[in-house]
Amino acid sequence: MIRTQGLCYQYPSGPLLAFPDVDVPQGAVLLLSGPSGCGKSTWLALVAALVAPSAGTLVVAEQSLGALKSIAADAWRARAIGFLPQKLHLSAALSVHQNLAMAQWAAGQSEDAPAIHATLQALGVGDLAARKPGQLSGGQAQRVALARAVLLQPRVILADEPTASLDDESAAQAVGLLLDTARQHGATLVIATHDARVAGLIPPEANGNIGFQPLQLVRSKL
Amino acid sequence: MKTLLLAWRYLWSRPLGAALNVLLLSLGLASITFLLLVGHQLSRAFDRDLAGIDVVVGAKGSPMQLILSGVLHIDVPPGNVPLQAVKALEKHPMVASVIPISLGDNFRGYRIVGTSHAYIAHYDATLAQGRLWDAPMQVVLGSTAAAKLGAGLGQTFVGTHGLGAGGHAHGDSTYTVVGILAPSGSVLDRLILTDTASVWKVHEDFTALDDDDRKAMEDEREVTMALVQYKTPMAALSFPRYVNTSTEMQAAAPALEISRLLNMLGLGTDVLRAFAGVLLLTAGLSVFIALWSAVRERRGDLALLRMLGAPPAKVAALLLCEAVWLGLLAAILGLLLGQGFAAALGWFLKLDTTLLIGGMVWPPELAVVPALALGVSLGAALLPALGAYRVSVLELLQGR
Repeated sequence: MIRTQGLCYQYPSGPLLAFPDVDVPQGAVLLLSGPSGCGKSTWLALVAALVAPSAGTLVVAEQSLGALKSIAADAWRARAIGFLPQKLHLSAALSVHQNLAMAQWAAGQSEDAPAIHATLQALGVGDLAARKPGQLSGGQAQRVALARAVLLQPRVILADEPTASLDDESAAQAVGLLLDTARQHGATLVIATHDARVAGLIPPEANGNIGFQPLQLVRSKL
Repeated sequence: MKTLLLAWRYLWSRPLGAALNVLLLSLGLASITFLLLVGHQLSRAFDRDLAGIDVVVGAKGSPMQLILSGVLHIDVPPGNVPLQAVKALEKHPMVASVIPISLGDNFRGYRIVGTSHAYIAHYDATLAQGRLWDAPMQVVLGSTAAAKLGAGLGQTFVGTHGLGAGGHAHGDSTYTVVGILAPSGSVLDRLILTDTASVWKVHEDFTALDDDDRKAMEDEREVTMALVQYKTPMAALSFPRYVNTSTEMQAAAPALEISRLLNMLGLGTDVLRAFAGVLLLTAGLSVFIALWSAVRERRGDLALLRMLGAPPAKVAALLLCEAVWLGLLAAILGLLLGQGFAAALGWFLKLDTTLLIGGMVWPPELAVVPALALGVSLGAALLPALGAYRVSVLELLQGR
């Protein structure tokens, strides 16, 4: 779940961004749309406890983020947030398996090879564990990145521009994969995008237990 | 996955750059290793071989040559001195003991030294096999000489004239091995020791034309030099002056001459040390550039690690661990290269047979090499690690 109220963020030498309130129940989908520069990335950073809000309240996965200090925020983020970046940032120096093991390292956990194997299998890329990212197709790489995002069973999955530079068919597959994965993990899914096609790819009342809330952000300066 | 393992994988994701950095850093460390090894071995050789010898009395000439030839056995002596003059020294009230040293021949590059049993006792050497000589033409081999020559008790050989291999053989004068010394860590290890009378016999047999000639030679017998020990340290003030002004001989104080030698070597050592310093500085800059570039190239990857929950210190530690690997690898390679340089120098200057300088010696001073390697590599990694510590996840999210 994600609940915000009066959320604002003041850039040190930039604009003050004010965000509309949201209340997204656990397991729901939030589509965060708007043009470039409207504050989507800042909103994601706030939800992931990477930056602290200038004003307002923010509760994510039952955790009030205003009370979290930096090290506690890092530990909470490792447990609660799964992140799929626009550029996948799979390390070219590491194999697919090692890229997932790196997520466990970042979270301060020891390597759990069976969990990595099971997650890759669930996303249909179990046989690619030994390959380097350079040997993967675009779709395979996105599945591996999604496996990395959900490996630690996060309560919230943040997907940043998951359909950027994809054709219609690939975009539909990417969104479908996100929805399926979020549903399997019972996670709240946030898709931040300026791609107008994405709204049409999310069923308004998908599978009964996933609610879809579009949130339109526009640049606002107080 | 451990941080060190992850850092290792990141390091070798750019194999050429990593290898060049290791090589550059190791060259500087090899120079330092070489200097430490040579310094240690020279100091050790001087300490052990000069101990207890207050002054060396020999033919006039270079006092340093006298010390190098008669004590360390790495140079030719300036000449000989009359036996009678040396015997007179034994009666001097300030002299506790006199050990005669007679040089002139060698066997396959190992010096045959005519002396007395006191020379062996001076270095506290003990016999591993056999006994000491009790007549001329019997020899006792130093441990290294015996091992290198493959000689055993009862074996015989003839010496060749001069102090290096290649002289003419004294074919009629045969030496017999009667004893082999246990390793003493001193100059004795690489010498062939015999009675002073052996040296006289070999050369008198070789050059005497008839019995009258031999008698004349016996009356004019010489030794190469004498190692003198004082009864009192006060003798150092007057005894050398007495020898230098009242006899045809010269007295050379080992401590003074070695100090002079080390001062002369000091300039070369300083140049080498400066060169090693420049190499290390260059290597440090290279490591800095490599890690700085790595941070710039992997900015997104590092930001993602933060997004995945890694605290900033952990991300910075990843960079520092890469530097640790560079430092460790360079230290290992630098130590091995330095040992190789020292061994090559010993071989090139033929110092390996004199045991002054060689490779595969591990004095405690070498601990400074890995410390220096880690210091340089970690120092060079500090700014890149700070960059990694401060990496902005917001920039990753904003696609910058």
